Amino acid sequence: MTRVALRAVALTYLALLLVLPVGLIVWRTFGAGLGPFVDSLTTPSALHAFGVTVVVAFWAVLANTLFGVGVSLLLVRHSFPGKRLLGAFIDLPMAVSPVVVGLALVLVYGVGSPLGRGLASAGIQVIFSIPGMVLATVFVALPLVVRAVVPVLQELGEDQEQAAHTLGASRWQAFRRITLPGIRGALGYGVVLAIARSLGEYGAVAVVSGRLVDRTQTMTLFVEERFGNFDQQSAFSAATALALIAIVILLLTKVLRPKGAV
Amino acid sequence: MLSATETAGPAAAAPGPAAARTRTRVRSGTALGLGAAMTYLSLIVLLPLAAVVWKSADQGPGFFWRAVTTPDAWAALKLTIGASVVVALVNLVLGTVIAWVLVRDTFPGKALVDLLIDLPFALPTIVAGLVLLALYGTDSPIGVDLAYTRIGVVLALLFVTLPFVVRTVQPVLLELDRDMEEAAASLGAAPWATFRRIVLPNLLPAMVSGTALAFARAIAEFGSTVLISGNIPFRTQVAAVNIFGQIESDNVTGAAAVSTVLLVVALGVLFGLDLVQRWGTRR
Repeated sequence: MTRVALRAVALTYLALLLVLPVGLIVWRTFGAGLGPFVDSLTTPSALHAFGVTVVVAFWAVLANTLFGVGVSLLLVRHSFPGKRLLGAFIDLPMAVSPVVVGLALVLVYGVGSPLGRGLASAGIQVIFSIPGMVLATVFVALPLVVRAVVPVLQELGEDQEQAAHTLGASRWQAFRRITLPGIRGALGYGVVLAIARSLGEYGAVAVVSGRLVDRTQTMTLFVEERFGNFDQQSAFSAATALALIAIVILLLTKVLRPKGAV
Repeated sequence: MLSATETAGPAAAAPGPAAARTRTRVRSGTALGLGAAMTYLSLIVLLPLAAVVWKSADQGPGFFWRAVTTPDAWAALKLTIGASVVVALVNLVLGTVIAWVLVRDTFPGKALVDLLIDLPFALPTIVAGLVLLALYGTDSPIGVDLAYTRIGVVLALLFVTLPFVVRTVQPVLLELDRDMEEAAASLGAAPWATFRRIVLPNLLPAMVSGTALAFARAIAEFGSTVLISGNIPFRTQVAAVNIFGQIESDNVTGAAAVSTVLLVVALGVLFGLDLVQRWGTRR
């Protein structure tokens, strides 16, 4: 009896909060067939927004992957004072509101700061352009790769790496032949999470991009701008496209998730 | 949430002979890597955040206090904290119920439901706001219009925080040995008594940490609340949206002041959580 009641409570809550709203958007998007969906996503503005999203996400994921693997090795394989503090710094972005991330980057890299002015006089515009958006995206997705790789790297131990060293392998060889295959699954999981976060970031990018249509507009900014301009079909189509990407990513993480990690 | 710190903890604390040796002399490779990591972190995370705190304080504590207590900023902060407390408590109860159902119950389609729990983490927040507005907005097909209301804000926050409690409680519940529960039941304990005396004490740490993470996420939330709240000052404007408005109208110092309050509250919650967890593991 209690079992059935609890199941009913849980499933009703999930249906009302999650399944019905997401289902409704998908249904409304495809209500008039596939045509309007394709048409509203192949306008020049939509395609441009998609391009900007891909470029920003690509650089941000690349940076976070390289940094993530490096820092994970540092945290697990090396010892130094202040290791706990470094771990805490890496988790810090999780506690920061996306809007605050945007403000923080504007304060340091905007033309109001000496650094921003210096970069501007060197011809590098960070805020209201792609580099700032990459920085914002790197910030919000920073911990994901590290948190996926660190536990697996610890589990792996360094016996095999040391054996490789003893047999004359260089550091790079040992990393490429032993360590990298060992963390491949976890790294894939972390990278997929970072891709999801990077494609979906809204608040931090909204602040640093200046929301310039056809210039610094990403897919998420496109959704908001189209909705605000009463172009529901475009907003719903783009939202559905992003939701479908999210679902694919969800399935990928299910496959890649390391055993024991949640 | 803080697993990178936690998992790095034991290794850092292990007082092996190797650790003792390297404490006096850090290897040059380590120093190089550490320098690179700290430079990267400083340029992207630490300097910018320090700039926010610095900006909020550079015109003196009086100015900071006035910026935080302007009627609209103060109302936004109060709404944010209030709504986040409600959201955290709903998550505490319903998140635990969902985790329980996912672990102890069996029904067709359970694997699919389990997969769906993570959807709010994968879905962009602006899309989350849009889908809620489609079902619970002015064109609601079921006649429930929560657009531009505080309940709408709470709903958006519930959506984005759903996975936290479920995903912290679920693994603990999976590991929990059922022998004690069966023993209690065979000795005549009612199901509720068994739950309260045996299951609940084991789940409580996970429930608390999931709730704290959900709270920290809720006070920071921006994207999902933008569309459904309608951004009405004094009524539905949350702190992050207030900050965004202040940035747009070039009131950077005011934005920095409200941001600093959010940062301090979030870090306070996470630091408190870390203390509670360490105290719990030591006992």
